[in-house]
Amino acid sequence: MTDGTIDPTVTVPRFRRGVKLRFDQTRGNFVLLAPERAFVPDAIAAEILQLVDGQRTLTGIAALLAEKFSAPLEVITSDIIAVLTELAGRGAIDL
Amino acid sequence: MSVIPAPMGLIAELTHRCPLQCAYCSNPLEMVAPREELTTAQWLRVIDEAADIGILQLHLTGGEPMARPDLPKIVAHAAARGLYTNLITSGVLLTDAAMADLLTTGIDHIQLSFQGAEASAADSMGGYKGGHARKLDAARRIREAGLTLTTNFVIHRRNIADLPAMLAMGENLGSDRIEIAHTQYYGWALKNRAALLPTREQLERATTQVEAARERLMGRVVIDYVVPDYYAERPKACMGGWGRLFIHLLPSGKALPCHAAETIPGISFASVRDTSLAEVWQNDPAFNRFRATGWMPEPCKSCDRREIDWGGCRCQALALLGDASATDPVCDRSPDHPIMAELVAQSSDSALALVPRRLRGG
Ligand code: SF4
Ligand code: SF4
Repeated sequence: MTDGTIDPTVTVPRFRRGVKLRFDQTRGNFVLLAPERAFVPDAIAAEILQLVDGQRTLTGIAALLAEKFSAPLEVITSDIIAVLTELAGRGAIDL
Repeated sequence: MSVIPAPMGLIAELTHRCPLQCAYCSNPLEMVAPREELTTAQWLRVIDEAADIGILQLHLTGGEPMARPDLPKIVAHAAARGLYTNLITSGVLLTDAAMADLLTTGIDHIQLSFQGAEASAADSMGGYKGGHARKLDAARRIREAGLTLTTNFVIHRRNIADLPAMLAMGENLGSDRIEIAHTQYYGWALKNRAALLPTREQLERATTQVEAARERLMGRVVIDYVVPDYYAERPKACMGGWGRLFIHLLPSGKALPCHAAETIPGISFASVRDTSLAEVWQNDPAFNRFRATGWMPEPCKSCDRREIDWGGCRCQALALLGDASATDPVCDRSPDHPIMAELVAQSSDSALALVPRRLRGG
């Protein structure tokens, strides 16, 4: 779905081909590895990215995080959309 | 003693052998002979050491890394240690069988280089008949395997007019990423600079074309654009800073902070044959020589950009000024900056002969 419309109950975020999330033991944080690039997601982005599995919808991810952090679903959903849209712009995520 | 933050990437020149002979090649004029190359066991050990010190990405390059029959073994080992593996290849050896082997290794990304958009010109630059056709096959194999594809085009005076065709070709091949890289003038390319450096008009047209393509392909294909230093006002942050992000290994195992560092006189470099990567990174005097900002002369020393571009490229300062510890003359704050305009003026369209890259007798 690259037409720009995001429906949280339908849109399934995926890592772009060639992009990988892994935990970096040496530095003690998650890191997104991409061709010729590496970026370190902040703590919130790392929580979200760990749940990106090519199956869950944005709402599916939001529900898990809302439970984990006892926060309202709508707030979490809009945070997720903001974070993933930004990463999509940097070529790391397909929405 | 303070601990140097861990490096991010290991750039491994597996071999200087290559079936091609590009005159813009940035390999050194003095190349490493096949019998001096590290063995498979040595490469596997180095990869273990890299993973242990926190290196995240392994860039396999050359020469032509696929000229090493043990390449799949090396990639598989790196992938098993969690390294992101990036193969930088000309593709002429990427046959069906080689692709099948690579696919079992867990390779993450392949960057395929083209010499142009059209077979005869591309093959004449590469000095390899039928090379372009083989690369097209390689691109198809990479896409069919479902791997990420970056197509890379090195541009220069002689092929820059074909840039729109290259962008279209990169798109049609299904690239995830297209890299348009102006020639970087090191090694063979430096030797051939006068015949390769584009004019300012050519450069400006190319930049406009790249920007238009970026807009058109937004969200589908990432376009990376490497501009030629010679027309810039600020230097590139060479290697992201000397000894800050990368270790570059020659086929012989010599460890360099930057691929051209060996050209700098008076510095000797350790070899991973007898020194661990950790030791090289933390303590090797060559890595400390231009690390951070302590070595800087004016105007860098008191410049607000000293931790942005790290004073530019040491090897370029050496190549153009004869002094590796000078401010990169690409910078317009350097007193030597006027030399750039002179060098640009020396390049020309006249029938200058290109010197093809050759392993021996070059
Ligand atoms: S630039 Fe050309 S000659 Fe040099 S390593 Fe690459 S393909 Fe071979
Ligand atoms: S003076 Fe040195 S640090 Fe400042 S911009 Fe120029 S090269 Fe960079």
